Amino acid sequence: MKEKIQFKVNDRPVELDVDPNRMLLWVLRTDLGLTGTKYGCGQSHCGACTVLVNNGAVRSCQTPVKDVRGQEVLTIEGLGSNGRLHPLQKAFMAQDALQCGFCTPGMIMNAHALLLKNPRPSPTEILEGMDDNLCRCGSHTRIVRAIQAVAEGKERRA
Amino acid sequence: MKKGQDLKPGSKGKPSAGDVTRREFLKITGSGIFVFFMLGDASLLVQDSLARRVSKALPHDFNAFLRIQEDGRVSCYTGKIEMGQGVITSLAQMLADELDVSHEAVDMVMGDTDLCPWDMGTFGSRTTRFFGPPLRAAGAEARGVLLELAAEHLKIPVERLATASGMVFDKRDTKSRVSYAQLTRGKRIDRHLSEPPALKKPSEFKIMNRPALRTDALEKVTGRAKYAGDIRVPGMLYAKILRLPSHGARLIDVDLSRAERVPGIRVVLDGDLIAVLHEYPDVAEEALSQIQAKFQSPESGLDEKNIFDHLLRVAPQGEVVARNGHLQKGELAAKTVFEKTYLDGYVAHAPIEPHTAMVKMEGKRATVWASAQTPFRVQSEVAAELGLPEENVRVISPYVGGGFGGKTRNLQAVEAARLAKLSGRPVQVAWSREEEFFNDTFRPAAVVKIKSAITEGGRISLWDYHVYFAGQRGSEHFYDIPNHRTMIHGSGWRAAPGSHPFATGAWRAPANNTNTFARESQMDIMAAKAAMDPLEFRMKHLGNGKMKRLLKAAAERFGWRPARAPSGRGYGVACGTDAGTLVATMAEVRVDRETGQVRVKRVLCGQDMGLCINPEGARIQMEGCVTMGLGYALKEDIHFRGGKILDLNFDTYEIPRFSWLPGIETLIIDDQNASPQGGGEPAIITMGAVIANAIFDALRVRVFQLPMTPERIKEALGAA
Repeated sequence: MKEKIQFKVNDRPVELDVDPNRMLLWVLRTDLGLTGTKYGCGQSHCGACTVLVNNGAVRSCQTPVKDVRGQEVLTIEGLGSNGRLHPLQKAFMAQDALQCGFCTPGMIMNAHALLLKNPRPSPTEILEGMDDNLCRCGSHTRIVRAIQAVAEGKERRA
Repeated sequence: MKKGQDLKPGSKGKPSAGDVTRREFLKITGSGIFVFFMLGDASLLVQDSLARRVSKALPHDFNAFLRIQEDGRVSCYTGKIEMGQGVITSLAQMLADELDVSHEAVDMVMGDTDLCPWDMGTFGSRTTRFFGPPLRAAGAEARGVLLELAAEHLKIPVERLATASGMVFDKRDTKSRVSYAQLTRGKRIDRHLSEPPALKKPSEFKIMNRPALRTDALEKVTGRAKYAGDIRVPGMLYAKILRLPSHGARLIDVDLSRAERVPGIRVVLDGDLIAVLHEYPDVAEEALSQIQAKFQSPESGLDEKNIFDHLLRVAPQGEVVARNGHLQKGELAAKTVFEKTYLDGYVAHAPIEPHTAMVKMEGKRATVWASAQTPFRVQSEVAAELGLPEENVRVISPYVGGGFGGKTRNLQAVEAARLAKLSGRPVQVAWSREEEFFNDTFRPAAVVKIKSAITEGGRISLWDYHVYFAGQRGSEHFYDIPNHRTMIHGSGWRAAPGSHPFATGAWRAPANNTNTFARESQMDIMAAKAAMDPLEFRMKHLGNGKMKRLLKAAAERFGWRPARAPSGRGYGVACGTDAGTLVATMAEVRVDRETGQVRVKRVLCGQDMGLCINPEGARIQMEGCVTMGLGYALKEDIHFRGGKILDLNFDTYEIPRFSWLPGIETLIIDDQNASPQGGGEPAIITMGAVIANAIFDALRVRVFQLPMTPERIKEALGAA
């Protein structure tokens, strides 16, 4: 039972003829070819699929595409602007805050939503805000440092 | 690679099976070919696989490792893959430094079986140790040849020439120069040096031994980095495969009619393989859930509690891997004898990227994109599955989203190959998280039994060590003990059928986590009885100058003040060796007596890894090891009933999170005169013991089983 669903992805309007109950993750990855958003668990436990919907972090693996009708979706591909990196992306690079990189898009998107809500989080607030994003390589220490650097204004948009 | 060990240096093409004598079994490793003698007759099968593998060794021609492109950029070819461990950065450092080009000028081409020299696989912290030297040698020889070419081109004697940043120039007149690109014009270099040139000395390094940031970070922070699941080709289908509910189960009845009604679905039934294929992965998943299947599962009473008794019951006799003195003499000299048993449960690899592969067939050729630590092994397996010669199968390695040993096995690639052949379409198989847990080759559950003794004067007089099913790595102690024996009962992942209810395999520093937990716990038990500071007790038994030096440095950085345990401070120490690297770790914990919750407050991890190629990369690995190690030390344990795996996602199988984070400090002893050692695994081995010892120091009770869950801590407190 397909429906026409319109929403915005990375500032671009999209219109899809799609089963409204399909999860946003797979629509992004297959229909729209935005593979930066990753599947990690399919159950909202790991956060690899985190994207922003109207500036709030959501788990795209558990968000039916009908829920984003008329909304603004932001994925890792749309985080920088005009070819310039977002401060979080720069900070993750400067701190080497990644290893295999598979959780990285979800980490950065979740951190972005965190900083939009709370631009000056305390270290404890960063830990709490990031706690449901899993990293198996153990880059946590550096991820916290990268987010802190952005919160303290040490990384600006290039 | 040690040339002396290469039985067929320079052999090209595939020798026939007849090249191999019946009793010789050639085992090919990253450091060369070793001869093993088989006791029985080598079967045809072995000979066949042997014939295929004999040609597989690193080539001697430096052109296999590098190519200077027309634009002056340098392609570096390696069969190694990048899974987070950072060799994409450090291998480029090695080549750039030897070749005298900038680090940024090197493009890594990794794990492509058509383009890269053969490689056994990326595991065992072997890349820097064993691929590093031949890569550096290739860079050094290429540089030497470029000097010769430049001498002819510039008509200046070689002695007067020098190299820097991809240029050869006249030392007297630096304006007289020619670039590598001008000399080679993008072609392979058909000239070699008669004498292999010496590698650079540490004092000559410009790029090695200096911290370098990850070169793959830009791709990874922008979402542009491609993993196996991100590959798209026209006409591709996504497959979902019907799985058994438990290992050893049998399918009795299946009704596919509802799945077949899903629009656009293709159902494949081929022997034991039942799969649904669709142009959307989530629709395939939905169709899979429409399959109604009945299974018969074998009866088994085994679970995570009684597995240890079972393992001891089925354990093989064992073999001695180290011994000295007389155990009886050691016991006679003893004042106190300690007999302890240590247990370690099954642990999952749980990389965030599940096993994924895509296979595309075109006539008699196949291309595979796989999340694999062993691309060349995937090539063999896919070729065998498709009935193609190996050279007709090309495996391309995208970035791998974590491996930890689990991606040395790649059933998903064989499944994708089978389905691509059956369907005539390119097929992606991407395991769900549940499949990832179910199909994982867990770190084996294991038992260690140690009988040890100390004399009146607090010296260890006896050490009788038996490890069951963990494996050998890290089992041999390095302390000064006159009477000792180390016995291995069953290997870590080639245990006899009936040992484990499911597959087990290599998990980051295989066997060593279990062995170091047991050994270093036992050391602390003896130190406490001898009324000695646990660090001092170790020092007293260390002949190894390097380990002493490392422990001393670690103690200074940590701020270790001698005290006999339990001191109430919650301090722990543990040390070990892995992949040639020495590790000493100290930790401070706080334990809530009511809840049994352990909070690791800070960890200092010290490492002597010889010459360190990329100190920044090494530190990331150490931090990663410490963080990942918290999991097996405190929480991770696969629950099961026979072949049925109960933990299938991150809700019940919890891995370390941000809120667990201790303060992590790293210390590297940069021994420039020693050859580089392993860096991806060593620092994880001490995490069980250092926390166990810190818990004892805090609570006066000891936990003998990993993970040290709140329940086990409360149980230990209750028994005390």
